[in-house]
Amino acid sequence: MSATTTPDASVFVAETKGGRITDFVDQRVGGSGILREFGRKVFPDHWSFMFGEVALYSFVILLLSGTFLTFFFDPSMAETRYAGSYLPLKNVEMSVAYSSSLDISFDVRGGLFMRQVHHWAALLFVASVSVHMLRVFFTGAFRKPRELNWVVGGVLLILSMAAGFTGYSLPDDLLSGNGLRIIDGVIKSIPVVGTYISFFLFGGEFPGTVIISRLYMLHILLVPALILLMIVMHLFMVVVHKHTQYPGPGRNDGNVVGYPLGPVYAAKAGGFFFIVFGVVALMAGFFTINPIWNYGPYDPSPVSAGTQPDWYIGFVDGALRLMPGIIGNWQVEQVWFGHVFSFNVLLPALVPAGIIFTVLFTYPWIERWITRDNREHHVLDRPRNAPTRTAIGMAGFTWYCVMWAAAGSDLIATHFHVALNDVTYWLRALFFIGPVIAFIVTKRVALALQRKDREIALHGRETGRIVRLPHGEFIEVHAPLDEYKRYKLVGFESPSPLPAVPNDHGVVDKKEKRRAKLSQWFFEDRVAPATPAELEAAHGHHGGHEAIEAAESQKTLSR
Amino acid sequence: MGNHSDGSPNHSGTVATAGQSEVAKFQDPGIPPHRLRLADTDPRAAKRAERQVALLFGSSVVGTVIFLVAYFAIDLGADSTIGTVRLQNALLGLGTAFAMLGIGTGIVHWAKALMPDHEVSEERHAIRTEEDRQAAVRIVDDIVEETGIKRRPLIRNTLLGAVALAPLPALAIFGDLGPRPDDKLAHTMWAPQDGKLKRLARDPDGTPIKAADVTIGSAFHVIPEGLNEMHEGKLDEKAKSVVLLMRLNPEELNPSPERADWAYNGIVAYSKICTHVGCPVALYEQQTHHLLCPCHQSTFDLTQQCKVIFGPASRPLPQLPIAVDSEGYLVATSDFHEPVGPSYWEREEHVRNNNA
Amino acid sequence: MKALSQKRRHPMAAIALLLMGLLVTGGLYAVATTVNQAKADTTSVSASDVEEGGKLFAANCATCHGMGASGSQAGPSLVGVGAAAVDFQVGTGRMPMQMNGPQAYQKPAQFNEEQTRKLAAYVASLGPGPAIPEENLVDGKGDASAGGELFRVNCAMCHNAAAAGGALTRGKFAPALAGVSGEHIYEAMVTGPQNMPVFNDSNISPEGKRDIISFLKTIEANGSPGGADLGALGPVSEGLFVWIAGLGVIIAFTIWLTSRTS
Repeated sequence: MSATTTPDASVFVAETKGGRITDFVDQRVGGSGILREFGRKVFPDHWSFMFGEVALYSFVILLLSGTFLTFFFDPSMAETRYAGSYLPLKNVEMSVAYSSSLDISFDVRGGLFMRQVHHWAALLFVASVSVHMLRVFFTGAFRKPRELNWVVGGVLLILSMAAGFTGYSLPDDLLSGNGLRIIDGVIKSIPVVGTYISFFLFGGEFPGTVIISRLYMLHILLVPALILLMIVMHLFMVVVHKHTQYPGPGRNDGNVVGYPLGPVYAAKAGGFFFIVFGVVALMAGFFTINPIWNYGPYDPSPVSAGTQPDWYIGFVDGALRLMPGIIGNWQVEQVWFGHVFSFNVLLPALVPAGIIFTVLFTYPWIERWITRDNREHHVLDRPRNAPTRTAIGMAGFTWYCVMWAAAGSDLIATHFHVALNDVTYWLRALFFIGPVIAFIVTKRVALALQRKDREIALHGRETGRIVRLPHGEFIEVHAPLDEYKRYKLVGFESPSPLPAVPNDHGVVDKKEKRRAKLSQWFFEDRVAPATPAELEAAHGHHGGHEAIEAAESQKTLSR
Repeated sequence: MGNHSDGSPNHSGTVATAGQSEVAKFQDPGIPPHRLRLADTDPRAAKRAERQVALLFGSSVVGTVIFLVAYFAIDLGADSTIGTVRLQNALLGLGTAFAMLGIGTGIVHWAKALMPDHEVSEERHAIRTEEDRQAAVRIVDDIVEETGIKRRPLIRNTLLGAVALAPLPALAIFGDLGPRPDDKLAHTMWAPQDGKLKRLARDPDGTPIKAADVTIGSAFHVIPEGLNEMHEGKLDEKAKSVVLLMRLNPEELNPSPERADWAYNGIVAYSKICTHVGCPVALYEQQTHHLLCPCHQSTFDLTQQCKVIFGPASRPLPQLPIAVDSEGYLVATSDFHEPVGPSYWEREEHVRNNNA
Repeated sequence: MKALSQKRRHPMAAIALLLMGLLVTGGLYAVATTVNQAKADTTSVSASDVEEGGKLFAANCATCHGMGASGSQAGPSLVGVGAAAVDFQVGTGRMPMQMNGPQAYQKPAQFNEEQTRKLAAYVASLGPGPAIPEENLVDGKGDASAGGELFRVNCAMCHNAAAAGGALTRGKFAPALAGVSGEHIYEAMVTGPQNMPVFNDSNISPEGKRDIISFLKTIEANGSPGGADLGALGPVSEGLFVWIAGLGVIIAFTIWLTSRTS
């Protein structure tokens, strides 16, 4: 604060207006300590750090637009006849929930806009949470001390999906009704308790008359409250840990380099809220989302081609589509001990999502165990500098994308003029080999990029200028890097595999042997960062390339 | 530098780092020198940036005005059309976008161009100190010790038992969320009532269908007669009883012996509810005689009693046995012989009961 | 399409249809199973139309459908498919087929209005079948709301609730219905082209069909109240849009926001 002490008085007097206001508040409620701590807190700046903010701001937009919608929405499933102004549904029998959703769209001024803001913001919310988590994964930001915050983030992802799904069903239109029916079918396939859960959820047989109001309560109260709680925990831990930063000159695990919160960072972050809101408003103004008036009221008899969930549930729907119900002549659904085991539903509905979230939640501990790296990390890895982790991530992401694509198999078929069945066969194959290919390709690409970094660090940047030497040779002039740019390319760790270490009793147990093997797998392919000695050698030797080859064969790629 | 400082001892040395021990690494050159921006050196550039920021804030005001005009000037009254709704929606979006983007980009431009852009470095402080750590561990140990829970297993075990059981009422209290399933899923309203066979009626208007109406290649979407007159639980019944009625050349049908009299003159009726997860299997291809579910692409072959030929469903669609009554209307001679729709735990038992 | 239906309103066309009607009246009501109220009284064409249609048929269609339209390995018999089937298949350019495949694609019509009419007259003369619908059944002035209900129950599962089309098995698909004339929609319902089931008049009454056409024309004319409809394909196109356009624009902003000003 812009305040100075008068030299003669021992009492501090604020001289500016801002200072006086601050002082007034501080004298009543305290907080000068907090301001001192945070007012100039340093935040690193990088575009990929903004996705968490996108998620937070989408959530704020969701709360604002959602509150507006609750004033007009009626979650009752009572029968009514539509009397609003949308002619193609005039006098059609429907539930009050659907009717009030139509009223919001056509008879409440700005209602359609708010509905579209809400839905676009919801899609953006889950998307930005996902991209944020991908960023955190690929840069290794989940490492100690941030493992717990990674878990909270994973819980937030699940909660955001839950919020999205409960909201998707509320208008009680044909599309979401069929979505609920699919959920009901999946629930019924659960052994022992499935039928009971279904009857309890729907208050009797599907569709019943209570499901919308129950989902409504979850959607506007329980799930947002949990999200809010998790966001508070998430941000609290961000404050405790401070933000991570990308590697570069002047950045290390002991400091944080960036802009102070006040004013630059606060201005950027605050301004960014309005930007996100503006982008969502543009989408809502010019692009239709969830045209419930097209789908008609829910009725168990009709269905529309292209019945899909919103994108974040797509991977589960895709997995359901990929699973064959009969393999050869073997029915996947089995009757054992007089009871039905619907493996054709259970496996795709639970296993891929189960694997994805289990690996997601446990990955920080798995990697820590393999690498035995118990240090705190505040400097991120560039994805290429952790080739195996990047490859694991891409394998998982590819697996997800295969299932995701499968949810749109019918649209792939119609829009690319291929047979629906062939799309499914290809995706079934990719379900198994896609992740493997992605792993190999990503790892090779990461290593190649590391080699390129070495090359540039040692020889400088290619300028594209070709020069003919006096003796007739053509060479391309390389511009040397300055030391800051070079440090960005060489300032990383390249751990080598850690052999098995005996435990306290001096024994190498089985678990440790397995760990050593995994460590070998994790670190065996690596490119060591360039060293000053190599740079010296490269410069001393103007032909350049031979020296590098020699250096590389000496100390990199210990296969 | 190197303040890993989580207080734990020997935090380093567990990871072998290549090239560190034998070869010197590049030294960190520190934060690059600060480069001045145009606006820092040229007052005119600063003035220009100032005007740009003001212009952006001004555009926000324009956006707000657009929003208010669109809200109040466009009437969604009786003579409005879809075009009116679209126009208002677009203008509200445009107005909000301008209002928000104007403020947002203005502030960011201000911060980028005019606020100081010195990168600063701040030391990270340890999350905890070694002293705190040891004290905390000691405190926890002391607390546990003072309760004596380790020395008195009786207390511990009874407490654990009580705590484990205590949430049960919280579960039980949700017992009235829904009724027991019993065998509700096993029956539909196709079952003959008081000896009277149910007629097949058109969806959605509920008029009965004559066998003569169903020409080869047709597909009728069918509900039981009387469904539309129901008030309580109409959709629940409809969710189980919707049927697809098709007519093929009788020789294409290949019915099994026990289903020989389930069809009439090539007319067959199958449940429309997918045996996978319950979507309506309503896509009938009249030449291939395949039924396709639009949700997960399960494909059923009508000429093989709706056997699954593709996709995630495992069981054939249940067939509704039909015949013709004295007036020529199609009727269901009985309920489905098995529960319709997706599988559930008790299904096999219900199949046995239905056929007993 | 517009030009096609306008020419049909030509007074000469009505007279020609009347003559044709006289020729085929005997056969028209013979088969009881073909319940079709839509058979127009004005279905009448001259004998010369039939003859010329026969020549066109022999030159262009008989390779697959056989001489006398009795069918061959390559194409089905057309006896009894009626004028409506010809008007639909030839009028939408599906016939003659470009190549053999799972399904005939819609393409620019290969025959003009006049030739299509003659072909239809010829095929209709081979056996009774659904006729080309009357004007008032395809004018799109019926009850759109009732039509919407019928459409959702009978059509939406293949053609999509907003008539944007959808996939069928093994490379077949239900086409999008925007831009298809009311007449062709009607003809498709009564004749069941390719794998589409037949919706005869006892299944969906002529008024019901008119309502369906009215519904389709209404939603086509209305457009989406929310702005661009993204193909009306549902959550998949919405998801793609938010990932590519929504996140794309936001990433562009974040890059600008974190870049240094010069």
